[in-house]
Amino acid sequence: MSPELGQVALILALLLSGLQCLLPIIGAWRGSKPLMATASTLAIGQFTFVAMAFGILMWAFATNDFSVAYVAQNSNLSLPLFYKLAAVWGAHEGSLLLWMLILNLWTVALVAFGNRLPEAFFSRVIGVLGFVSFGFLLYMITTSNPFGRMLPAPGNGADLNPVLQDPGLTFHPPTLYMGYVGFSVAFAFAIAALLGGELKSTWVRWARPWTNAAWGFLTLGIVAGSAWAYYELGWGGWWFWDPVENASFMPWLIGAALIHAQAITDKRDGLRAWTLLLSIFGFAFSLLGTFLVRSGLLTSVHAFAFSPARGVFILVYLAVVVGGSLLLYALRAPKVTGGKSFALASRETLMVLGNLMLTVACAMVMLGTLYPLVGEALNIGRISVGPPYFGPLFMLLMTPLVLALPFGPLSRWGKADLTVWKRALARIVAMAVAAGIVGFLFGARGWHQLLGVTAATWVMAGVLFFAIKRWREAPRGKRYPFEMLGMMLAHFGIGVFIAGAILTRSMSVEQDVSMKPGSSVGIGPYAFRFEGVRELPGPNYRAEQGTMVITRDGAPVATLHPQKRTYTGGQVQTEAAIQAGVFRDLYVSLGDPLGDDAWSLRVYDKPFVRWIWGGGVLMMLGGFAVVLDKRFRLKRVEETETIRPHPAPATPRKLAEGEA
Amino acid sequence: MRRLLAVVIVVLALASSAAAFAIDPLPFKDAAQRDRFQNLTRDLRCMVCQDESLLSSNADFAKQLRRQIFDMMQQGKSDRQIKDWLVARYSTFILYDPPLAPSTIVLWFGTPAVLVAGGIVVIVLLRRRTRPADAIAEDAGDDW
Amino acid sequence: MNEVARKPVARFVPLIVFAALLVFFVVGLAWNQDHNASFVPSPLIGKPAPAFRLPRLAHPAQFVSKADLLGKPYLLNVFASWCFACGDEHPTLMAYRDKFGIALIGYDYKDTPQAARDWLQRHGDPYREVITDQSGDTAIDFGVYGAPETYLIDAKGIIRYKHIGPLTPDVIAKRLEPKIRELEREGT
Repeated sequence: MSPELGQVALILALLLSGLQCLLPIIGAWRGSKPLMATASTLAIGQFTFVAMAFGILMWAFATNDFSVAYVAQNSNLSLPLFYKLAAVWGAHEGSLLLWMLILNLWTVALVAFGNRLPEAFFSRVIGVLGFVSFGFLLYMITTSNPFGRMLPAPGNGADLNPVLQDPGLTFHPPTLYMGYVGFSVAFAFAIAALLGGELKSTWVRWARPWTNAAWGFLTLGIVAGSAWAYYELGWGGWWFWDPVENASFMPWLIGAALIHAQAITDKRDGLRAWTLLLSIFGFAFSLLGTFLVRSGLLTSVHAFAFSPARGVFILVYLAVVVGGSLLLYALRAPKVTGGKSFALASRETLMVLGNLMLTVACAMVMLGTLYPLVGEALNIGRISVGPPYFGPLFMLLMTPLVLALPFGPLSRWGKADLTVWKRALARIVAMAVAAGIVGFLFGARGWHQLLGVTAATWVMAGVLFFAIKRWREAPRGKRYPFEMLGMMLAHFGIGVFIAGAILTRSMSVEQDVSMKPGSSVGIGPYAFRFEGVRELPGPNYRAEQGTMVITRDGAPVATLHPQKRTYTGGQVQTEAAIQAGVFRDLYVSLGDPLGDDAWSLRVYDKPFVRWIWGGGVLMMLGGFAVVLDKRFRLKRVEETETIRPHPAPATPRKLAEGEA
Repeated sequence: MRRLLAVVIVVLALASSAAAFAIDPLPFKDAAQRDRFQNLTRDLRCMVCQDESLLSSNADFAKQLRRQIFDMMQQGKSDRQIKDWLVARYSTFILYDPPLAPSTIVLWFGTPAVLVAGGIVVIVLLRRRTRPADAIAEDAGDDW
Repeated sequence: MNEVARKPVARFVPLIVFAALLVFFVVGLAWNQDHNASFVPSPLIGKPAPAFRLPRLAHPAQFVSKADLLGKPYLLNVFASWCFACGDEHPTLMAYRDKFGIALIGYDYKDTPQAARDWLQRHGDPYREVITDQSGDTAIDFGVYGAPETYLIDAKGIIRYKHIGPLTPDVIAKRLEPKIRELEREGT
């Protein structure tokens, strides 16, 4: 298929997105039903063309069409098909196309599941998404066309960056973008509410499942990225506070705050303006993330090739979208604060405090990420801001949050029952202390390890206490609605994550060793015996593969084969070999030959490292579970006379679309 | 364009071996010294590769600095002395933990300032919006 | 938070903060146009050059020290035969060696003397003198982190200017020349 067709498809999609922005919004403004009715059709039309463009690019990769410059730069004849397809989003242009595709997927999902919304509101939402999409399509077509030709076509491509040749790559960007872009839905709802001057905040309830789903995907994307770095970069680390990681973490923090703010607005009608603002911020940070990575402003392992024109365009886009939204907010946010009143000891208070800490943490991450840039701009010298800045500050800010966490769900809306707090406190403290003692008996020493054990138990015990109380008090069948289940999963996940993060950090042993075949090194109770290195051919690389036999008290534990690959392009990439386990990972990386048959190797013992991602996965499941709650099934809304072309499905299984 | 090309070439030259990470067996006296070394170099920036720590970078430059730091440790220098030695040559850019200075006041006090400002807003909000517990009706709409 | 909404002025706060942030981005983007983020200014500018004693490339048994070079300003150009960008810079050095008005000293960085000699044989030798630092330890005292780098050192042995990356006619005209003229004015 001709790549020019792809370009035509993009241009058509651009035209449709322009219409999708204009017609439904004008229709909603004028009260014109025919105009409003175009929303769904235009959205589906745009999706069709973007999907077509995406398919054509994928086809170009699959068929090795090196006359397409982007394919020539990011693929190679010997690249396995799997990575050829993933290479579509391996660099700037294609990843933008993926961004677009995902935005369209969300929009189409909204068309499919949101069509019971009031027609005017629905039209505005689709219109706002059309606007977001228009900007990105214009950006792609003018500065980052993935279909540009390279003539004469080279006989072979330059190959995909080897760092990206890992299953993690196929997973990480799409899920991350599902999260980033998913916040556009909550954003569109908020803007539609502002545009329409919605007096009631019923729209917040409609937005909630979308926010939770987006946050779930973002969590998954971050987890996948972290796991990918752990496997592929060979540093044995899982989070580096790298600018690009921070760019994904900021919307995550805002998203977590938004989920709770939306709950308050939905159920108690409070914090309306704040919910609006957070909805805007969530998407603004998603855009900022996209901007930072592509503008060349930050140097990073992840950064895409930089070009000033691209930076300027995104900056203008950011100014229009975020600046416009904030202006709209300033002019039209509800003037009257509403909401049911609450006692000082109540779920509202705790959630507001949680919101404060999450937002401040996001501000801290932003300050640290952007400060070097500000420093350069103001000419006050180059500085580096890294893990020793972010880590301790983040821990400090999260401490009150973690301490209060068990008590949020245990407090009722309006006013908390203090006797419940007291009972819970006694039990949670008892369990946390007991866990600390058990940890000590098992050999945990040092305040870091004990702190990790007690803090994690604190959170998990809180969730357990809540679950048991609920089990006893609520009638069968109504014990754990999905919204509550989601909360329990996510909160428990935080406990699991804390255990993993703190214990890995404090208990890991990492050693660089020089070994000859037959020699051994001991780490903790494990003996690592090196058996030498041999050469292995790969599809588009040559590997040197080491063999390491691990035993414990003489009993075999595992045989690991770390590799060092030299790709056809000459790049060298290490593949760590990992013996994964629930309580510890044993990790071996192969370094360089040191002569005389000796090799340098890195061996790690990483206790509890899986818990980090396990906790993340639980949080993700929590976000997804909330989506299923009956509460969010749209009932036929006031405008009963509205007849929509697409009949609503019986159950709003919003996930199905996202997972596809 | 020519300039850009030159820059690209420099960066390539600087980071020629940065693709792989560092495995650098050094003869540490004991586990404590190894931990100290890892903790110290983890918080230092590899100047060449820009976004990696001195501990994880495989660049020649990082390797050489690691040796120097290792040697200084054997000579009994403290972490403070080693950092000062590095800063004198490479500026505070090499520290991932920027020291408090006029140029970093906003960095270090920005977060507490935001926290205090947000805290004040929250306190005002709570003072205005909360009522004594007896005056609050039970929430009927939601059973948890 | 909610209270903020009550006062119209307060509701503009997010917009104002965002606008300020945008200004920084614009300045940052503009700064990026003519700076390279990987070049970090040296803290040694205005400070005495580190003491060194290094073998001459031509006669490895003879050493050149910092004291030997005092009295007149000179340019110290860090290069290596393995360094691509140095090859890029080399023609410029050949063209300008007599136009600087001061001595150009080569500093062969982490290189084998034979490779360096071959390299200079092949491409031409712009240097009045070449000293060699095979271990690269002295280079660390200079704050070298990549080649090529060029130091302007005055008659008293103070580092007055440092350029990281290849010298180009543009850089020489705009940045280096003015600094050299400044030294000459001080000298007279």
